[in-house]
Amino acid sequence: MRIALEVWRQRGPGEPGRFVRYESTQASPDMSLLELLDVVNEGLVQKGEEPIAFDSDCREGICGTCGFMVNGLAHGPLQGAATCQVYLRSFRDGDTLFLEPFRAKAFPLIKDLVINRSALDRIIAAGGYVSVNTGNAPEANTSTIRKDRAEEAMDAAACIACGACVAACPNASAALFTGAKITHLGKLPEGEPERARRALRMVQAAAAEAFGHCTFAGECETACPKSIPLQVITQMNHDYLAARLSGEGRAQPRHIEPGTPKRRR
Amino acid sequence: MHLDGKIPGGPLPQKWERRKFEYALVSPANRRKYRVLVVGSGLAGASAAATLGELGYRVECVFFHDSPRRAHSIAAQGGINAAKNYQNDGDSVQRLFQDTVKGGDYRAREGNVYRLAEVSLRIIDHCVAQGVPFAREYGGKLANRSFGGAQVSRTFYARGQTGQQLLLGAYQALLRQVHAGTVRIAPRTEMLDLVVANGKARGIVARDLVTGEIRTFVADAVVLATGGYGNAYYLSTYARNSNATAIWRAHRRGAYLANPCFTQIHPTCIPVSGEHQSKLTLMSESLRNDGRIWVPLRAGDERSPEQIPEAERDYYLERRYPSYGNLSPRDVASRAAKAVCDEGRGVGPTRLGVYLDFADAIRRLGADVIAERYGNLFAMYAEITGEDPYRTPMRIYPAIHYTMGGLWVDYDLMSTIDGLFVLGEANFSDHGANRLGASALMQGLADGYFIAPLAVGSYLARAKPPAIDDAHPAFAEARKDTLARIERLLAARGKRSASSFHRELGKLLWDTCGMSRNRAGLERALTQIPELRERFYRDVLVPGQGESLNRELETAGRVADYFELGELICRDALQREESCGGHFREEYQTPDGEALRDDEHFAYVAAWEWREGESPVLHKEPLVFEAAPPMQRSYK
Repeated sequence: MRIALEVWRQRGPGEPGRFVRYESTQASPDMSLLELLDVVNEGLVQKGEEPIAFDSDCREGICGTCGFMVNGLAHGPLQGAATCQVYLRSFRDGDTLFLEPFRAKAFPLIKDLVINRSALDRIIAAGGYVSVNTGNAPEANTSTIRKDRAEEAMDAAACIACGACVAACPNASAALFTGAKITHLGKLPEGEPERARRALRMVQAAAAEAFGHCTFAGECETACPKSIPLQVITQMNHDYLAARLSGEGRAQPRHIEPGTPKRRR
Repeated sequence: MHLDGKIPGGPLPQKWERRKFEYALVSPANRRKYRVLVVGSGLAGASAAATLGELGYRVECVFFHDSPRRAHSIAAQGGINAAKNYQNDGDSVQRLFQDTVKGGDYRAREGNVYRLAEVSLRIIDHCVAQGVPFAREYGGKLANRSFGGAQVSRTFYARGQTGQQLLLGAYQALLRQVHAGTVRIAPRTEMLDLVVANGKARGIVARDLVTGEIRTFVADAVVLATGGYGNAYYLSTYARNSNATAIWRAHRRGAYLANPCFTQIHPTCIPVSGEHQSKLTLMSESLRNDGRIWVPLRAGDERSPEQIPEAERDYYLERRYPSYGNLSPRDVASRAAKAVCDEGRGVGPTRLGVYLDFADAIRRLGADVIAERYGNLFAMYAEITGEDPYRTPMRIYPAIHYTMGGLWVDYDLMSTIDGLFVLGEANFSDHGANRLGASALMQGLADGYFIAPLAVGSYLARAKPPAIDDAHPAFAEARKDTLARIERLLAARGKRSASSFHRELGKLLWDTCGMSRNRAGLERALTQIPELRERFYRDVLVPGQGESLNRELETAGRVADYFELGELICRDALQREESCGGHFREEYQTPDGEALRDDEHFAYVAAWEWREGESPVLHKEPLVFEAAPPMQRSYK
């Protein structure tokens, strides 16, 4: 089959970018979109030209490394699939595909389709964990977790941090990503002690990274290759609000200046 | 050199306790004076870096992904073993130990394996405490499933994404330490050489993959957790970027490489569909619980599977191994599939495939039950192949999946270079000649959370490495070597891409040192690989420059190392004149075609020493079996 690619080429963050057209006659329906890019790159290398830079690793939809826009859709046309899981049989013979990077202020472009998503790591670093050192744990079966609760935690924990939710959002919000981790840990008894603190710190970290706010456009849920539900954002808002109202993080240690005389009631 | 595994004395159950007590300690206030460099951020690397950080060491974690969470541990599906005996089915540390030693076809160290089984208990405790969402029963307790090579249910799992959830636990622990300031991370940074100064590992040379800058990292101890080398074969279930450069460079600097020919081939992967295919996808072993494997009785049968009547099908696993049938172990099932394809009875467009048929199971249980059990796998298969496995049998074929071999380490996970520790799949340690399902995750986390942090601390306390910085000549030399290697690749200006050479090397390795091996084939590979390597350096084309993001340059450097490693894999396979686990030498088989082990001559670890400009030297570490006496594996 014939597939034409219009690929965003940009040498570096400060340089101008543009779409460049590549036509391949070697496409076949059983080939994945990334394999087609491999073939195009092989041809470019043979001509001594710089190949198209794009990220990918596991090529089975679990590592979250790959991801770009295909005809305006994050990860392309399929529900619940990452870019590496898109095969050419999803397109028609003669189609032209526009490939461009995930765009967001918090995801600076590195080259062509490669972006820097380390802002997502910094959101996790702010509180997306249970603070337990190795060696601290009690016997595993001492905690009891309702099966459906464990399943809900797992649904949220399935996030692969690809950034599609951000790219699809009109506000470039990372609410689905942040909400997913808050929900995953908040559903489990092990995550309960830090639930308020976690919500507060992660939400603040996301804001500090120049991600936008959530206005419930819902585009993230559609774009998510793991189909993480919008409810995780509701959960995040709930936990954040509860943390603010309870005064989480505002408690000051009691301090009495030495030499202060006794006050009688 | 005498290879001392440094196994503690005393009976097996006391060895680890004894060693932990023997370890020297660094007091909490002194730990921040030591710098530990961890290369790799998968299960072993992330868990080690996080734990060392929690203890108070100054840790730097270097990895080539853009985030530590993308390491290939993330893709592990099935589960993690632990001898919890929650099912009350007779499991114990002793039994997990026995199963692992036997599963490895008696080519692993008893002491290491026993410790692994012991530590498995604490791994599950720790992961649950971290918030890993393991599958639960309705009563709220942890669920288990069964895996190959065991008669008990001891595998813990989180749907088909166990590796992902365990890695996220370790990743979160790592980022917590980043936030606390004990660990620094260097993403998109690839190790290109090890620095050995005054006989001790003191740092690495690495390339910033975005700017192309060559950087040096200085440390008091270096921990490699850089995974396996299966991508030498080009097509595998590994991630595209998994590579052997870190361990190969350490090997060239003096770390012995052990049992490189012990590679695992997984029987149930989606077959190659075309020549542009970039990787192979695993279909979980669990499918063989209900699927029946068959090929047409007659070679060259062109009919579609529905048209082939029952009498003209060969359910070859059920025929050859009546007692285990479709659930024969990985190495046995893989070889049997190859045998029928060699006879011209393979199916699909390439004739390299066999059917995995669910028609019987669907008739017996109904499509609903099958969907409930395997729905996500069926969907994945349909997505990749465009065929509906509910209606037509799946086509599967074996593929390279894991490497049991790796850098030689002693009981303390230290290589033959002082101060260089090797963890997880990158070392050779615990799986012998064949790894059991759900044991890789267990080993990575045992090494990273519970073993390396103590062993590294003890090394630092005893060795007290003197202060050093990158002005030391060893750093300058390693830097110069690295730059020269890069320059050589960029200067070749030939006609072919590095990956086209990789594909050629991979095919040669797969044909001569894949599922079955023989002397003639291995000798052929040993002449052809050096020729191919010469052509590579003459004819490779790497466009662009070194001082920017340049994927072709990354690939070319990795492929260059695969040539040397590939040669060693074949050399190791040639010297091991026996069949064991994943290593099947056609000359050494029983009359009915089963693996024939030779304990008298080959019960040793083959540890290879690199010699510049000469053949590598083989050192042997004898294996002694006291608690698990060797016996023949039979699945008939």
